Amino acid sequence: MEHVVIIGNGISGVTLARHVRKLSDKKITIISAEAEYFFSRTALMYVYMGHMKFEHTQPYEDWFWDKNRIDLKQGFVESIDTKSKVLHFSHGETLNYDKLVIATGSKPNKFGWPGQDLEGVMGMYHKQDLENLEKYAPNNKECKRAVIVGGGLIGIELAEMLNSRSIPVTFLVRESSFWNGVLPEGESGMINRHIRNHHIDLRLSTNLKEIKSDENGKVKSVIIEETGEEIECDVVGLTAGVSPNIDFIKDSEIETGRGVKVNRYLETNIPDVYAIGDCAEQHEAIGNRRPIEAVWYTGRMMGEALAQTICGNRIKYNPGYWFNSAKFLDIEYQTYGWVHGKKGRPENEAHFHWKHEDDTKCITVAYDKNTNKFLGINTFGIRMRHETFDTWLTENRDVDYVINHLAEANFDPEFYSRFEKQIIQSYNNQLQTA
Amino acid sequence: MSLATPDALNITTKQKIALGLGLIGLFILTLALFNTSFPNKGLFLTIALSLIVIGTIFYSREAYLNKLEGIKNDGVWFKSISSRGFWGWSVGIILTAFYIVLYFYPQYLGLGKDGVENTGLISLFDPLSQLLSGRNASQWFVYGTLYTIAILAFGYKFILKYRHNRYQQIRTVSVMFFQLGFAFLIPEFMYVMNNDLPYYDLKSIWPLNYYIFDEWSVKAFLSNGNIGLSLILFGVLSIFVITPILTYKYGKRWYCSWVCGCGGLAETAGDSFRHLSSKKLSAWKLERWLIHLVLVFSVVMTTAMIYTYLGYKSNDFWLTRGVFISLVIGFLTIIFAGVMIFKRNELGKDAKYGAIGFFLVITLLLIMHFTGTTDQLFYIKSGNLRSAYGIYIGSIFSGVIGTGFYPILGSRAWCRFGCPMAAILGFQQRLFSKFRITTNGGQCISCGNCSNSCEMGIDVRHYAQKGENIVRSSCVGCGICAAVCPRGVLKLENDSMKGRINPNEILIGNDVDLMKLVNEN
Repeated sequence: MEHVVIIGNGISGVTLARHVRKLSDKKITIISAEAEYFFSRTALMYVYMGHMKFEHTQPYEDWFWDKNRIDLKQGFVESIDTKSKVLHFSHGETLNYDKLVIATGSKPNKFGWPGQDLEGVMGMYHKQDLENLEKYAPNNKECKRAVIVGGGLIGIELAEMLNSRSIPVTFLVRESSFWNGVLPEGESGMINRHIRNHHIDLRLSTNLKEIKSDENGKVKSVIIEETGEEIECDVVGLTAGVSPNIDFIKDSEIETGRGVKVNRYLETNIPDVYAIGDCAEQHEAIGNRRPIEAVWYTGRMMGEALAQTICGNRIKYNPGYWFNSAKFLDIEYQTYGWVHGKKGRPENEAHFHWKHEDDTKCITVAYDKNTNKFLGINTFGIRMRHETFDTWLTENRDVDYVINHLAEANFDPEFYSRFEKQIIQSYNNQLQTA
Repeated sequence: MSLATPDALNITTKQKIALGLGLIGLFILTLALFNTSFPNKGLFLTIALSLIVIGTIFYSREAYLNKLEGIKNDGVWFKSISSRGFWGWSVGIILTAFYIVLYFYPQYLGLGKDGVENTGLISLFDPLSQLLSGRNASQWFVYGTLYTIAILAFGYKFILKYRHNRYQQIRTVSVMFFQLGFAFLIPEFMYVMNNDLPYYDLKSIWPLNYYIFDEWSVKAFLSNGNIGLSLILFGVLSIFVITPILTYKYGKRWYCSWVCGCGGLAETAGDSFRHLSSKKLSAWKLERWLIHLVLVFSVVMTTAMIYTYLGYKSNDFWLTRGVFISLVIGFLTIIFAGVMIFKRNELGKDAKYGAIGFFLVITLLLIMHFTGTTDQLFYIKSGNLRSAYGIYIGSIFSGVIGTGFYPILGSRAWCRFGCPMAAILGFQQRLFSKFRITTNGGQCISCGNCSNSCEMGIDVRHYAQKGENIVRSSCVGCGICAAVCPRGVLKLENDSMKGRINPNEILIGNDVDLMKLVNEN
């Protein structure tokens, strides 16, 4: 019986395993050094906030794996011998495979800041980071202030976490406005104000110079690059993005760049070795996507696709229309299709932006200014239907159609106030004055 | 057990004062319970109840109004009271003890029997009862008052907690209205108008209201002319006509989380305990056996009751025992046949269990018919059957366990494992209703907030992460899963029956050809 070995028990590896099991009788082993059972990484924040316990982040009950004959193995793979198809573990054990899938995800970026490895300095990615945070920031007596470095999705989540325990937060963001590499100006500005309304000390256009240590090797303060200001703190969160977690592969025959290099079939340069999820890097980006897509959904989709290939139906990873979502403190965000921030916005992409007067809801609709074709939508504080936008993108609808039919896409709970009329009015006004 | 909570979650000074006020109110009630004789009962009752309400209101305002609108679940798994800690168990034990005394030893609450004056706690409520209906209080009046106050005060708290969510607010106003009007005030006023009528909470429908078709109840209704007759007809219409129509259009939520008193308490006072329900598959299996067995018991028991009093003497009324039992069996057979013919596929493996249940009931009814005598059914005294149901299901299950165990089993243990009304509504919701919780394409991140907050113990995430709509008989449509979802994945909807149940292997957003290949297989 063919043995499929998956390194990494995140969403990519587990989705793959589930689908391989549905399609075949192969022997499946999932290896993890992080946690015994699959858990939802995106839910770690809720454990610290007390909304859930860690076991609630596990989507499957413990008996699930036995029942589906998926072997779970805890251990850290130190090296891969692709010639003899053997994995070597840090504790000396070995494991043979017939097909190997690398799904090891990401690790937090560290940019060589002085003091970045001190006690009390941590990323927010692994289960161990959560344990670390619980240790150094259990409450606002032990942790009088925390400094977060890096204004992305994980940074704002970490800020929300610390806020839930009334720990004062200083949030250092390199960009001139929160996440404006991705978000258009209006949205990014609204989130800046929302962060500050939560009494988080948001510092824009601010870089970290160094992290200072106390006499015990624990963080004492940080120094700001621009002003030289010293901010005393007990915890420093490093959330300046993530990169593929593939150090253990570097010495193998498997080709790597920033991630494990794969073709459209998610195959590496070595036969029977594949990579999926955050750690996979496409030779060439697919459409507007990045070569490395470190997103929950893309990890899952790669797992769904590769299962076919491994089970004999060789197909490309061919994702459909882009979508994503996040939550910035109290404001939910969804996106369908492509809406670019200032950076990297194609010349033909024009935007219609509407914002509610309460400053917690807005939408941005991107369209081609030459053809009026609808390109994508960002929606904040208003839920929209994935399926509807997927259909409109397939049908090549134009921006007029989308704006006038927004009501069909609304996914807010019953009895919520609706804003389609205001949006249409604003759209018509903007077009007339433009 | 943890008494220690992360320090930052400690309550503010104002909240401590509010808590103090509420506790003083409770203390006055406790003093009354231990037979303290207050000089002016009306005054002290007013003070006690006002303090409880004011304390809760102040506490909630301080808890929610100083923060931005949004989900307010910080620390629920840290706080001792809401995570089965010391205070959780303490409250559970006190509530359980209260229910045992209430149901089985009302004399300890001060109930005066056979014309003797009330004492203790119950006597404290005499002035209010006198005011409303001109009679002294009973243990049920005390219970009803406290129950209504709990729904009103904690309903207010819930409305503030979800002040960004109109669905939650409107739903809560609805349960507050039905409790105050239908369960509390209207029955008292009905008594004033016609004191021969039995207590009748119009929204309490058979089989939840298991005594409505009892002999004493039916007799009392029938001896009260047209008003009595219309009330009992309304009772029959409620379950056989009104309920199916509303459930078809809106799902069982129209009742369970908008109208019902048990649901009302669970959604308001019980809100802090909703996450404690077990989401394990084993709990779901237990639930399905238990709730349907209670339903079988309830149907057989009610049929047996009516059967008994139909056969007392030669009955010149058209409804004889034989006709009645044939009607019941005929009705059940029509439903069973209809479901098997039209919904066989949706039932899958459950069809077998449905069939077992059906034949169990029919067999029991036939045995009853052919072995029963004037006062013995199943070879036991017929009254015993009724009292067994009343004690084990009506009192112990719904009251003692259902509410007393809030801080241990979560707020909907009765609704989930025991309520026969919920079983009937759920059966219909699963098979014949426009209601579902729609899953938004591929947006689920499997975080588990939805499952965690489901008071009915549904593993919502199990469906959401597969892009599958949630169509479950137990769902009461409270909408909290949709509220807490950080990615906007869930929406309660009434839509067409077609495509309501949509299991998928590959979710929207991936390769369309792959979706087609896998999902259509």
